[in-house]
Amino acid sequence: MSQVDATAPLGASSGGSPKPVKWASVIGEAFKKLSPRVQSKNPVMFVVYLGSIVTTLLWVQALSGKGEASGAFIFAVAISLWFTVLFANAAEALAEGRGKAQADALRATRQRVVARMLKEPRRDSESWPQPSDELDVGAYLLVEAGEIIPTDGEVIEGAASVDESAITGESAPVIREAGGDFCSVTGGTRVLSDWIVIRVTAKPGEAFLDRMIAMVEGAKRGKTPNEIALTILLVALTLIFLLVCATLLPFSLFSTVLNGSGSVVTITVLIALLVCLIPTTIGALLSAIGIAGMSRMIKANVLATSGRAIEAAGDVDVLLLDKTGTITLGNREAAKFHPAPRMDERTLADAAQLASLADETPEGRSIVVLAKNTFNIRGRELHGAETIAFSAHTRMSGINLDGRQIRKGAASAIRAHVEAMGGVFPQEITKIVEDVARRGSTPLVVSDDIHVLGVVELKDIIKGGIKERFAELRGMGIKTVMITGDNHLTAAAIAAEAGVDDYLAEATPEDKLQLIRKYQAEGRLVAMTGDGTNDAPALAQADVALAMNSGTQAAKEAGNMVDLDSNPTKLLRVVEVGKQMIMTRGSLTTFSVANDLAKYFAIIPAAFVATYPPLAVLNVMGLHSPASAILSAVIFNALIIVALIPLALRGVQYRAEPAARLLGRNLLIYGLGGIIAPFIGIKLIDILLTPFF
Amino acid sequence: MEHDLTQFALILAIMAGLVFVLGKWMTHLFVSPAHNIIERGTYRLLGVDPAEKMSWKRYGMVLLLSNAAMMLLGYLLLRVQQYIPGDALERASQSPHLAFNTAASFITNTNWQSYSGETSLSNFSQMAVITFLMTVSAATGVAAAGGFIRGLSRKSAADIGNYWVDFTRVIFRLLLPICFVLALVYVWQGIPQTLNAEAIANTLEGARQQLIVGPVASLETIKHIGTNGGGFFAMNSAHPFENPTPLTNTLHILSMLLIPSALTYTFGSMIARRRQGWAFFAAFLVMFLGFLALVYSAERAGNPMFASAGVDQAQTQLQAGGNMEGKELRFGIAQTSLFVTTTTAATTGSVDAMHSSLTPLGGLVPIAEMMLNNVFGGDGVGLINLVTYAILTVFLVGMMIGRTPEFLGKKVEAREMKFVMLAVLAHPFSILGFTALACLTPSTLASLANMGPHGFSEVLYAYTSGTANNGSAFAGLNANTPFFNTTIGLAMLIGRYLTLLPMLAVAGVMAAKTTVPEGPGTLSTSTPLFTGLLVFVVIIVGGLTFLPALALGPIVEHLLMLSGTTF
Amino acid sequence: MSDVSNTTENGILSLTKGIARPALVSAVFFMVVAGIAYPLVTTGVANILFPDQAQGSLIVRDGQTVGSRLIGQYFARPEYFHGRPSVTAGADPNDPSKSIDQPYNAGASAASNQGATSKKLLDAVNERARAYREENGLAPDAPVPVDAVTASGSGLDPHISVANARLQAARVARVRGLPPATVLALVNDHTSGPQIGALGDPRVNVLELNLALDAATTARPAAQ
Repeated sequence: MSQVDATAPLGASSGGSPKPVKWASVIGEAFKKLSPRVQSKNPVMFVVYLGSIVTTLLWVQALSGKGEASGAFIFAVAISLWFTVLFANAAEALAEGRGKAQADALRATRQRVVARMLKEPRRDSESWPQPSDELDVGAYLLVEAGEIIPTDGEVIEGAASVDESAITGESAPVIREAGGDFCSVTGGTRVLSDWIVIRVTAKPGEAFLDRMIAMVEGAKRGKTPNEIALTILLVALTLIFLLVCATLLPFSLFSTVLNGSGSVVTITVLIALLVCLIPTTIGALLSAIGIAGMSRMIKANVLATSGRAIEAAGDVDVLLLDKTGTITLGNREAAKFHPAPRMDERTLADAAQLASLADETPEGRSIVVLAKNTFNIRGRELHGAETIAFSAHTRMSGINLDGRQIRKGAASAIRAHVEAMGGVFPQEITKIVEDVARRGSTPLVVSDDIHVLGVVELKDIIKGGIKERFAELRGMGIKTVMITGDNHLTAAAIAAEAGVDDYLAEATPEDKLQLIRKYQAEGRLVAMTGDGTNDAPALAQADVALAMNSGTQAAKEAGNMVDLDSNPTKLLRVVEVGKQMIMTRGSLTTFSVANDLAKYFAIIPAAFVATYPPLAVLNVMGLHSPASAILSAVIFNALIIVALIPLALRGVQYRAEPAARLLGRNLLIYGLGGIIAPFIGIKLIDILLTPFF
Repeated sequence: MEHDLTQFALILAIMAGLVFVLGKWMTHLFVSPAHNIIERGTYRLLGVDPAEKMSWKRYGMVLLLSNAAMMLLGYLLLRVQQYIPGDALERASQSPHLAFNTAASFITNTNWQSYSGETSLSNFSQMAVITFLMTVSAATGVAAAGGFIRGLSRKSAADIGNYWVDFTRVIFRLLLPICFVLALVYVWQGIPQTLNAEAIANTLEGARQQLIVGPVASLETIKHIGTNGGGFFAMNSAHPFENPTPLTNTLHILSMLLIPSALTYTFGSMIARRRQGWAFFAAFLVMFLGFLALVYSAERAGNPMFASAGVDQAQTQLQAGGNMEGKELRFGIAQTSLFVTTTTAATTGSVDAMHSSLTPLGGLVPIAEMMLNNVFGGDGVGLINLVTYAILTVFLVGMMIGRTPEFLGKKVEAREMKFVMLAVLAHPFSILGFTALACLTPSTLASLANMGPHGFSEVLYAYTSGTANNGSAFAGLNANTPFFNTTIGLAMLIGRYLTLLPMLAVAGVMAAKTTVPEGPGTLSTSTPLFTGLLVFVVIIVGGLTFLPALALGPIVEHLLMLSGTTF
Repeated sequence: MSDVSNTTENGILSLTKGIARPALVSAVFFMVVAGIAYPLVTTGVANILFPDQAQGSLIVRDGQTVGSRLIGQYFARPEYFHGRPSVTAGADPNDPSKSIDQPYNAGASAASNQGATSKKLLDAVNERARAYREENGLAPDAPVPVDAVTASGSGLDPHISVANARLQAARVARVRGLPPATVLALVNDHTSGPQIGALGDPRVNVLELNLALDAATTARPAAQ
């Protein structure tokens, strides 16, 4: 598990390397999507589609010599419109294609294997072979070393090391065993050693891998709430512009009557104007943005159950973060020796090191290292020593060496131990213990027989960069709350050091649930991570619930996302992806609408200059002719879709900044840029077209 | 020119000052729990329960049905006018379609007049139909704004208030007291207030001059306070009896802006975000000043074709100059420009100069303001329309900060967007749709007094005015035909109810939502940046929708005028 | 939320329940309040406080009502100052079904409503400018004040600009045999500046000026 992931830049991923795009298949898909059934699903592009058909028919009419305008002009408009549709199709195909490649890789993993089905949930029970796609929920299977786990399940007997790299990309094997938080196994992973008996928990075709493939392929991608609302806006804008263009025909007709001369605007020009005005840019890229958002999430090794969950991640106002693993490294580290009065610090360090030599826990090792670093006390060979391992009963560990009983443990345990041997637990030590605890550290008291030597301070190690990260989140208006089982004193100290906004100490699963409800009642959206079964209610209540893949089945089902890397810090990344997706949508919508200004200046004078010559002054771009002006606008409109495909797939640049600054920057780029870009683009295209029209 | 700018600054400063006073008063009106004795009596008489909590649907239904009853009563009174004694001039009843048009026009706060006041309405009708409908239609708009704001201010609520209470209070606590006091000031300035129908004078040159009089002052006050606009006389507030002095002109302007501007303060107060109210006020004011500058500069520059006839249009010590066709000398360019900007901003529709005779760019201003329909806007509905655009703005740009757009802490989702877009759509559909229909109708040409682009502008203006519930006209159009009476009548009804009811729905849906607390991560809608964006979206969405039509009307007319083309 | 959906379920009937009667009663009640009581009370109070203005600011000379100080009159004779062009119409005395030009008809206010590119308007302005120059003895290319050649909004505009009045003063003085300085002094006397020092532009009330002229002219022209 990566410890510095919290500061990993956006776009870093633990997924596989990107596969080269298969252009042939993208082009093929783009043409396949020309079927009316597919087109009618996107109202904006459907209008363009109909426009393409009508202009094509007008061209055919022109070929017969009765056209409303020159055949070449109508043909050029029709072709441009068809390309507009194809570019939109290609954008979607490209976004889907990236998912498809991932899906294919996954599908290769989901081999159809023959499972060994057991009659009873015991290894030695009667067994028979059963194809993996015919396994019902509740069936018992035996999986042995070297075999692939046929489907999702829960270990009910045995323990095994499992290679889950097919799903997580993590090559180190993990231990899966009956009972506890590490009992769930995923279909498609491989048992490396030992054996396990599992109970099937997923229906055929609904296993984790199946869901993942469906997700990646976008097959089940329903529209998210924000996408629906945006679609309503786009449809309304399309209707308005449809009305604008449709009424221009009578207006133009009437104007020629009132003016006594002039020519009525052609249908081709009106369709060209319509296509230019309706928000084709965002209309063409909307679905690609959604698919790409999902795809980015998968690249980060997070599997969301719905696009809705990703979108909600962008709206999150409160992050509930487990202290251990998210804010602090999983282990504490010895930071300082506090000798008892009249006691030498070196003596304490020496004893503490002795007591820890056999202690293979990270804490124990860190004591050895601290002693070595401060006093250059080396580890030594222990002859005839008896190591006392930590037990939940005694709550201390140590060593018996040359008749000395050296112990280290919680203050209360050492006090009991020393007093039992007739010693005295000094007042001063109690005070040191309290001081250490107040700092958020864990005191470990060391004794040698009846003498209390002093205290080793074990510190929680705050992850590097996490404090800055929280400051950024605060700047964005996201509140961070640390959840810990520690007491208030310790929690407060760590919270202050890590820079979280609030903490919940001595947290029980019920406390967590209450806290989430409290925030939600205030109208806030809450995100959290969890892995244990007792996290399930809170995960189910939270708006964005990231379950760890290493966690229990219950946790995974209660959450709406699963992190395959089981890295709680990933929650921050999830929020980023969610925000980035909405930002991309908003930016392209703004860009699309802002584009219309220039298009008006290109088309309106061109369309009506025949009736009212003075309107030529509106041709601020100095476009060559009415035909070249209209064509330039239409061609620009098509090309801008292509130009923005990479942005739609990659997402707009994300920065952790307050809303006002984000808005300012994006407005400048996509709002102002959206106004200016088409003026330049249309003019350039017009220059190229000048020899022809 | 300095004198003109001083007038603008003075009048707008007074308007801003009144925002505080009236804004506070209206807030109190909408939130105070106590009913006074007149109101209690009214509820008892009507048989309604002032404590009833109304959902937006119920609120809207009461609004709709009570308006229908009032419109019916107005219609009946116009139909029986000739049988009601007391009119010395024995003016005839209105015909069925004209009476319908009149009643519909006044209940929708439009005040489009297919009749000519002095020749076709008795004093009784001017009072019991016109003054009555002017009062209740204004009260309807303000009450709806009250319900609307209340809805937005609430959190997880099922109701948006009680329509009867809002409506009754607006009449008794707001409209009638102001109108009464103002009417006396008007009479002092020379506006007649009498039950006589006429006064006969023998002019110095010996001709007989019939001076039509009547209860003008009492109508004139509610006409402007209620952003109604229908004149007692055909030439409306250009008529010296409706608007005798620059002071009355100024008071008319302030009256029109009074409630629409003060509602921004009320809005800020009721939603407990004062800055939001001022942000909206600023948005109104910015657009207003822009339009004022355009019409003032265009009218002041005058008509270049007059210049070639040797007409002196320069502003000097001895004359106001400018384009004086259709204008009154006592108002000059400055007061007229301010009035033009105000009457179509606050969608009142009274005129102190003939809009049809404005310069093309000067004439573009009233059309454009009515197309936008939210530069202050009519009583109540102006604010509602601006909020419609604010929600649209939030949605368009709000996503750029990476969150689901929020307005006043409430998430803007599919359901609200549906209603918002319905309200946004109704307006251009009515304006452009009916204008297109008229363009295709052969009889339209016969109604036009002008050819060329101005003829098109006349038709466009008529439907824009009807839909925006303004009522002013490019009066060159003879709209008293069955076709125009019907279609403009429909435009008025669509413009009124198809924007009001969807927005009440938005208020109802928003009221039911919880509020997300504001923070650095949320888009603040009360900053100058947002005000700027709001104005931009209003202009872009409004502008993009109507630009082609404007290009074929006032814009091209301006260019033709410069090139010396006549029709 | 639940209440809102309840109303949906109960349908339109529950929405309209108990509205019909209050709606009808409210129509009549508020008609009486706003349409009758309010104008009548205003009329009563106004006629006590400002009886002159309430009746139309009428000017009585020698026991005869000669007009309203607010409403313009048609002046065609050279001894009077002329008001602005008016395009009001009136019934033809010979055939009431027809309407003819009848400037300053206070019974039917009206304007030209012609747009800036109207040929009719330009022709009218040219013709008025020509007539104005001729009447006042100006050079054929002398600039003419804009208010003298454009029709007012109401057709009843009581005012002209100071520039316009000064150009007419010479003619009036000549016809009446008064010293031009006297006439100009009268023009100055009847020029009102901005109201309360800020509102409106300087203007001359034509009817009041002409009344003053009549009073100042010893040989008052016969009334017919």
